[in-house]
Amino acid sequence: MSKIQTQAAPELAAVEVEEINRSTLLMKGLLAAGAVYGAASVGPLVSRAFAQGSSGDIDILNFALTLEYLEAAFYDEATKQVKGLDSTQSDLVELIGAEEQEHVDALSTTISDLGGTPVKAPKVDFGDAFSSPETFLELGVTFEDTGVSAYNGAAPMIEAKDLLATAGGIAQVEARHAAAIRLQQGESPVVAAFDETLTEDEVLKAVMPFIKS
Amino acid sequence: MSIPVKRRSALRRIADDPVSRRRFLAIGGGTTGAGLLLAACGDDEETSTSAETGTSDAAASQFGDGDLGIVNYALTLEYLETAFYEDVVKSGLFKGDDLALIEEIGSNEQEHVDALVAAAKDLGGKPAEAPKAEFPLDDAKSVLELAATVENLGAAAYLGQAGAIESPDILAAALSIHTVEGRHAAALNTLTDQPITPDGAFAVPATMEEVLADVQPFIKS
Repeated sequence: MSKIQTQAAPELAAVEVEEINRSTLLMKGLLAAGAVYGAASVGPLVSRAFAQGSSGDIDILNFALTLEYLEAAFYDEATKQVKGLDSTQSDLVELIGAEEQEHVDALSTTISDLGGTPVKAPKVDFGDAFSSPETFLELGVTFEDTGVSAYNGAAPMIEAKDLLATAGGIAQVEARHAAAIRLQQGESPVVAAFDETLTEDEVLKAVMPFIKS
Repeated sequence: MSIPVKRRSALRRIADDPVSRRRFLAIGGGTTGAGLLLAACGDDEETSTSAETGTSDAAASQFGDGDLGIVNYALTLEYLETAFYEDVVKSGLFKGDDLALIEEIGSNEQEHVDALVAAAKDLGGKPAEAPKAEFPLDDAKSVLELAATVENLGAAAYLGQAGAIESPDILAAALSIHTVEGRHAAALNTLTDQPITPDGAFAVPATMEEVLADVQPFIKS
């Protein structure tokens, strides 16, 4: 697509770039139409093209978003409820919670940009996990290790290479969180030389006890 | 094609800037088509190339093409790490918990070596030879800092290749090693009073060229 068309319909510039991998011809036609008839007239068609081209990726991103919502809520509640964390631990919890929130924001935006609908934050209940630093950190280890395995399990199914790189970058950060919390627990930072891979079903089974709706 | 030297800092800017990051997430830079198109759409210079997933021609030729090339590249890095931790253990600079951690990390790296050797053979190729390596082992603090540097680089190196791997099996293996390198990096960053996530919430990949340039000083043959 030419620069002239982009200028004629600047709101289409972003979608065009994403779609170029998948159905270039279709998009060229739609974008050309958009340049002539205005972006609004082709908007629904563009959305459908996305849905067809990348529904798999959107599903994976929504799955990841659910986990990130869960983690973000976990640390957010922990900062309010857990008594007795030392200052290193408090700083760590704050840092990790903020990064999980960044993952939530980025995944939501990406899903929307791809023409999908981001899932809503689940209602959560962490039981008595916040009754002591130990019980909190222990569940934190579980969430982070599960998060790593969830990303590692889902990432090979991602079609778009750029999304794969982004998901990988998030997975690495989850691994770093896992290692840091494990150290606070006096545990080894690693589970093994190779992080386990979990299927979506296995992950959902693991986190279901904490999701109320 | 040579990778611009400023690539990493450009990526870091993207990682640090929420607006750019959203663009990065949405449109990526992993494919040449997207990169070119983005450039054509009048965005600024930091979106120039396909470097995130980059196997640059010059760097790749050293290890061969495709998945085998990537496996042998990873194997070379794992050999270096393994040799490093062996030397560190022998140096006698560490004892107690620190020594236990170093030994555990070293044994993880050895397992990575074994797995990658097997993967290279499965791909019908010849595994890369272990390079001769030499590391400065002056004192415990500088050694831990070097270890942290090596692990952060290793994690970035795996991330940099993820998009270029074709075989789903090799990709799955690489990802499961990648996050373990991330764990090592975070543990060593903790021991050396560095941030556990130096890139922030989104880890930044490194290209083959960047990584090889960084490890070159330690390779003696």
